Amino acid sequence: MVTARVHAPAGRQAGDRIWNGLLGLLGGAILLVVGVIVLELVEVARPVLKTGALGFLLGTDWDPVSGSFGALAFIYGTLVTSALAILVAVPVSVGLALFLSEMGPRQLRPVVSFAIETLAAIPSVVYGLWGLFVLVPWLRSDLEPFLGSVFGFLPLFKGPPIGLGYLAGGLILSVMILPTVASVTNEVLKTVPPALREGALALGATRWEAIRMAVLPYARPGILGATILGLGRALGETMAVTMVIGNSPEIHASLFAPGYSLPSVIANEFAEATGAVHAGALAGLALVLFGLSLVLNSLARLLVQVVARGPRGGRPA
Amino acid sequence: MRAKSHLVRTVVNHTVTALCGLMVLLALLPLGSLLWLVISKGTPGLTLTFFTSLPTPVGEPGGGVGNAILGTASMVALACLIGLPVGIGAGVFLAERADNAFSRAVRFTAEVFSGIPSIVIGIVAYGLVVVPMRRFSGLAGGLALALLMVPSLARTTEELVRLVPVSLREASLALGISQWKTSLRIVLRTAAGGLLTAALLAIARAAGETAPLLFTSLNNQYWNFRPDQPTASLTVQIYNYAISPYEDWHQKAWSAALVLLLLVGLLNLAARYALRRSAAGGKS
Repeated sequence: MVTARVHAPAGRQAGDRIWNGLLGLLGGAILLVVGVIVLELVEVARPVLKTGALGFLLGTDWDPVSGSFGALAFIYGTLVTSALAILVAVPVSVGLALFLSEMGPRQLRPVVSFAIETLAAIPSVVYGLWGLFVLVPWLRSDLEPFLGSVFGFLPLFKGPPIGLGYLAGGLILSVMILPTVASVTNEVLKTVPPALREGALALGATRWEAIRMAVLPYARPGILGATILGLGRALGETMAVTMVIGNSPEIHASLFAPGYSLPSVIANEFAEATGAVHAGALAGLALVLFGLSLVLNSLARLLVQVVARGPRGGRPA
Repeated sequence: MRAKSHLVRTVVNHTVTALCGLMVLLALLPLGSLLWLVISKGTPGLTLTFFTSLPTPVGEPGGGVGNAILGTASMVALACLIGLPVGIGAGVFLAERADNAFSRAVRFTAEVFSGIPSIVIGIVAYGLVVVPMRRFSGLAGGLALALLMVPSLARTTEELVRLVPVSLREASLALGISQWKTSLRIVLRTAAGGLLTAALLAIARAAGETAPLLFTSLNNQYWNFRPDQPTASLTVQIYNYAISPYEDWHQKAWSAALVLLLLVGLLNLAARYALRRSAAGGKS
């Protein structure tokens, strides 16, 4: 491809040079965009970074009126709801992916896969609407009283069933990250060499035994990658969580209690921030969110690539 | 393992299969419930005036989301103006240029940043546009959506351009056609259906975004045709209606959600159609 240029007429060379320059410029634009994002975030967050990052991160008191800004309640809320989302979504997603790639009747697979794509296409605010008027009332009247009566001795399930709270946030997130986790897991399962599966089946394994002993060990890093990718999604999800988490900047052990998450507080308070420090504190929260999602996304990509390349040392036993 | 009888193994196998089926049902339950409620609750309010009129105060009958639809359309159009050329161009760059440190850096950046929370982008657009202009504006909203569009669009474009058979490119170059003409007339034309799909999906995503608009375009109760003014959007309108305490507004939230779902659904269907057509074209 490159050698074709050597003897080309001058006019054509100029055309190629302009084209290459233009493409390089557009590619560079990505780096520029990302650079601008980081610089701008730091710029807006500067007032709070000056007052001390550690006190900001570990402070539990959030009171814009008195100028006290501690991020811990939001970090806690984000971690609890995301963990809950992963706990619910990953088993369902793996089941779904197995259904799509290994177990399900072939006629049903395209239908299910279309449904999952639809789930992925629904806007966040519509999930929030559904969560607020369907999920929350159901939690309040059915699921939370039930969990309270059975597991009420655990601090996780103590307290009055309010509906709005960590549990609602975690459950709505689990529905929203399900398509991501399921489709990436499905892709990962497809990269498993058929010989592994066929070998196990030929040795007399049942379908499930072939999956458990040949397919899953091979795909494990990829499934972990899909999980981390889902976690990254869950951390940054804003609208649906904002509408169901209860928006209270406190830390509670009970999942039934109202809480707050990093994106939610930004969504609620940024437009009406009471000054540069308040806006800076919110941008500081965005910076935390940004750092978390950067680390998780890089890690997830790396793990999915590991499976695509195939395992290096340990062959599946 | 060896001690297990055939019967036990068969039963375990069927149990796990059934469990997978159960997981599928569990995943489809929220989808079914959501679609059913949006359709059943949204349809009664869906009159022609709902599409064309301004929102009314609580309790006043009628009113609609005409200005919000216009606002969403104009901000998405603005986002396309900036985001499509940059995103697609960067994707073509990744697919067409030699593999070197620079292109790897661009690819990694695009990959990692396609997962960046949209609310973070909102703050960036706020700092870039709202602060200097001292005013919330549709311009800021459009820019936020554009920033959001670029990384994932670049990645999708790269993958689609890479699907174009190398033999086509080589044949063109062998005929003495210059690189840039080959890129434009052969490679990009072949990939056009796929690129349209990628663009439509990016538009659908942008139309459904709420978080980055909350403090960039804010909202507006009136018709607005100026990009430097606060602008209403369908998503922010749904949000405001939903969290209000009024039954009347909740009803409107469902109807507006139905409008949004129809819009996003149509864009997705168009994307599917474009992809199928291009796939069919590629095979023949």
